[in-house]
Amino acid sequence: MSKITLALTGNPNAGKTTLFNALTGARQHVGNYPGVTVERKEGAYEKDGFEAVIVDLPGTYSLTAYSEEEVVARNFLANEKPAVVINIVDAANLERNLYLTCQLLELKIPLIVALNMVDVAKDRGMDIDVEKLSLFLGVPVFPIVARSGRGVDDLMLAAGDMAAGRIAPPDMGKLKISYGDDIDQTLLSMTDMIRERNLLDKKYPSRWIAVKIVENDEILIQEVRAADSDLADRLLQEAEKVADHLLKTFDTYPEALIADHRYGFIKGILKRGIITHHYDENRLYTSDHIDKVLTNRFAGPLIMLAVLFSIYQITFSLSALPVTGVETVFNWLAAAVDGLLADGPLKSMLISGVINGVGGVLGFVPLIMLMFFCIAILEDSGYLARVAFMMDRIFRVFGLHGSSVMAFIVSGGIAGGCAVPGVMATRTLRSPKERMATLLTVPFMNCGAKLPILALLIGAFFARHKALYMFAFTILSWIIALVAAKVLRMTVLRGTPTPFVMELPPYRFPTFKGLMIHTWERSWQYIKKAGTVILMISIILWAMMTYPGLNPEQKASFMKERARVAALYEPGSKVSEKRLLAIDNREKALTLQNSIAGKIGVAMEKVTWLSGFEWRTNIALLGGFAAKEVVVSTLGTAYSMGETDPEASGSLGVRLARDPAWSPLVALSALLFMMFYAPCFVTVVCIARESGSWNWALFSVLYSTTFAFILSTVVFQVGRLLGF
Amino acid sequence: MKKISLRHMAKNQHGTITAVKVAGDLGRRIRDMGLIKGTEITIQGRAPLNDPVALRIRGNTLTLRNNEADYIEVEVDE
Ligand SMILES: Nc1nc2c(ncn2[C@@H]2O[C@H](COP(=O)(O)OP(=O)(O)OP(=O)(O)O)[C@@H](O)[C@H]2O)c(=O)[nH]1
Repeated sequence: MSKITLALTGNPNAGKTTLFNALTGARQHVGNYPGVTVERKEGAYEKDGFEAVIVDLPGTYSLTAYSEEEVVARNFLANEKPAVVINIVDAANLERNLYLTCQLLELKIPLIVALNMVDVAKDRGMDIDVEKLSLFLGVPVFPIVARSGRGVDDLMLAAGDMAAGRIAPPDMGKLKISYGDDIDQTLLSMTDMIRERNLLDKKYPSRWIAVKIVENDEILIQEVRAADSDLADRLLQEAEKVADHLLKTFDTYPEALIADHRYGFIKGILKRGIITHHYDENRLYTSDHIDKVLTNRFAGPLIMLAVLFSIYQITFSLSALPVTGVETVFNWLAAAVDGLLADGPLKSMLISGVINGVGGVLGFVPLIMLMFFCIAILEDSGYLARVAFMMDRIFRVFGLHGSSVMAFIVSGGIAGGCAVPGVMATRTLRSPKERMATLLTVPFMNCGAKLPILALLIGAFFARHKALYMFAFTILSWIIALVAAKVLRMTVLRGTPTPFVMELPPYRFPTFKGLMIHTWERSWQYIKKAGTVILMISIILWAMMTYPGLNPEQKASFMKERARVAALYEPGSKVSEKRLLAIDNREKALTLQNSIAGKIGVAMEKVTWLSGFEWRTNIALLGGFAAKEVVVSTLGTAYSMGETDPEASGSLGVRLARDPAWSPLVALSALLFMMFYAPCFVTVVCIARESGSWNWALFSVLYSTTFAFILSTVVFQVGRLLGF
Repeated sequence: MKKISLRHMAKNQHGTITAVKVAGDLGRRIRDMGLIKGTEITIQGRAPLNDPVALRIRGNTLTLRNNEADYIEVEVDE
């Protein structure tokens, strides 16, 4: 017997995720719906022989075609016909939550209502008559507290019975919400037309199709047109007729009237003694008192800054130790491989390609887990919505959303973040265009890996104003990122802002289990990438910087030099070691120059002379695509300084300051380029994931590199004209 | 009794929505959230830069931007 499918639907914040976690525990699978960025969560449920696959549909307020989430939820219900649909309803916010319930009823699906948060409702002095509610809605209603699990077993028993046909699914034929005479008449004749031609009768109830057409639901209209274009025209004519009539006589739109009647229907039910309020309904609750402080005009922004800053501090300082731990393990692995294998391409690939590549990625894991843990606290407690509320006015100017602030801060808004968790933090944004603009611009911030480059070049060329330059570059990254967002929103991401209208859910204590599941889910997705795409790119980059290697004469010449050193100095003495190291370094530099990357670097000089870069810088920039800190070590190799430790690059700085190819102007141009060119490939992979398409990832690489090149060229050329 | 747009309501002012004059996505979204004709609302406060506005509706809090509030007409006591 194939397993039955249960679907969970409900408003955002109604407690869907909490119920889902309670039902499925850790047996979850998170993926994406094809073609969209909406997450698809599935889990297995098993109790007393009742087995089911539970699908957690995205939280929606309605079933129009307003957002990707709604379309996904609707298509799932219509196409996959789950055996039972559980509608989670927030008891403390009944009227608005039942708005979705109404629409589910009209879809005539086997529905059970889970009345959640009855504990909150009780605290607020509300009594809800569950039996009456069930009677009037015509579907079973079960009171639950998803957080503690109270009532969940009864709910699932009923779901099992309904799925097995032991209790009949509610008779949805009876329920008809009236939309007023005019619309009802039109619906009646449209329904007849639809029935006659069996239009989409496998998927939707006929009256529902009629309602959606009158509501002017574009996605459904397209679907109808594809199925039967002649009928579609006739249906649309009917819909237009009633729309014209309503506009003339009542100065209103059909969709508005339909919404009014749905709420009217709900009010009608609730008025029949279903809710009893023991206190004034609009009384202020604890949550509102907290808000008086946390969103206060003066204290609010200060507290917010403090909260954001401390999250930042916590993640970056607490993760320092585990990050070093992971690095140590990988260094140890590299050393072990070094000792076990003979010198050769295999060893070099394992160490430089595989271990360094994957190690670099896994090194981020503790950081990402902590960051997501903190973000999950902000999200689940309800504070993130307040941040969006307070910051929206500023971010809107740049075509973004108040919630974007989180991603910017995490990515390095306070110098030293990381774009990888930043990109992943955009997931909390519900507005698609604003989210995409955030996603594409957060890599401009000064992440921790860019700091060594800043430190190196500022230290070498602008040592006298170190702090000033550091600060200026942080501010500059903000300006560039925000302006870039604005430009994107006016060009490729053009479009009216997504409506902001959102709720400020009451503050709640997050549950530990919820936080852990949240954190683990996101971190795991990241780790999986490390094993696949990132490993591949890392090996390719290694090969590019290694092959084809030196030719036999060059090799022989280095051998001869070594022999000479061995003959001249006592083996093992200081002088001898030093000479040998210098030869090693020159050999490495020449290998790099000879490699594919080196050849590309030389070829690129034809273009990059415009911004003052010579081939060594070009190679370093190529390497920086692997991870920004690689820029420093690659520069070290290219300048025969050995693999410079990014943390201790003093001597490399001195070397650069003396090099005729460098000058303060070149350094400035290089700094600007390195800050704003393509994100590192870990970030690029994350962008691809979060945007749902590699095209966006590619776009991100191209537009930022182009922009950075133009910027540094302009600075370099103008600087030269001015005589710097 | 007079009608003003939601944007012009003061903090703690109380009123009843008389019309939501916008179609399309924004209108739909506003209505989905329960802001329809006949709904009673109270202004709970405004963000530090005066925009967006937070309002109280049936014991819960919603926020919207001023330029969205423009479409909502409210009847208020003098
Ligand atoms: N007091 C109480 N809190 C609950 C209950 N169910 C859920 N919560 C809390 O309500 C908050 C929101 O719950 P979620 O499960 O994240 O809500 P959701 O519907 O999944 O929301 P989205 O993820 O935004 O779609 C969390 O902080 C939960 O801990 C309940 O029955 N009682």
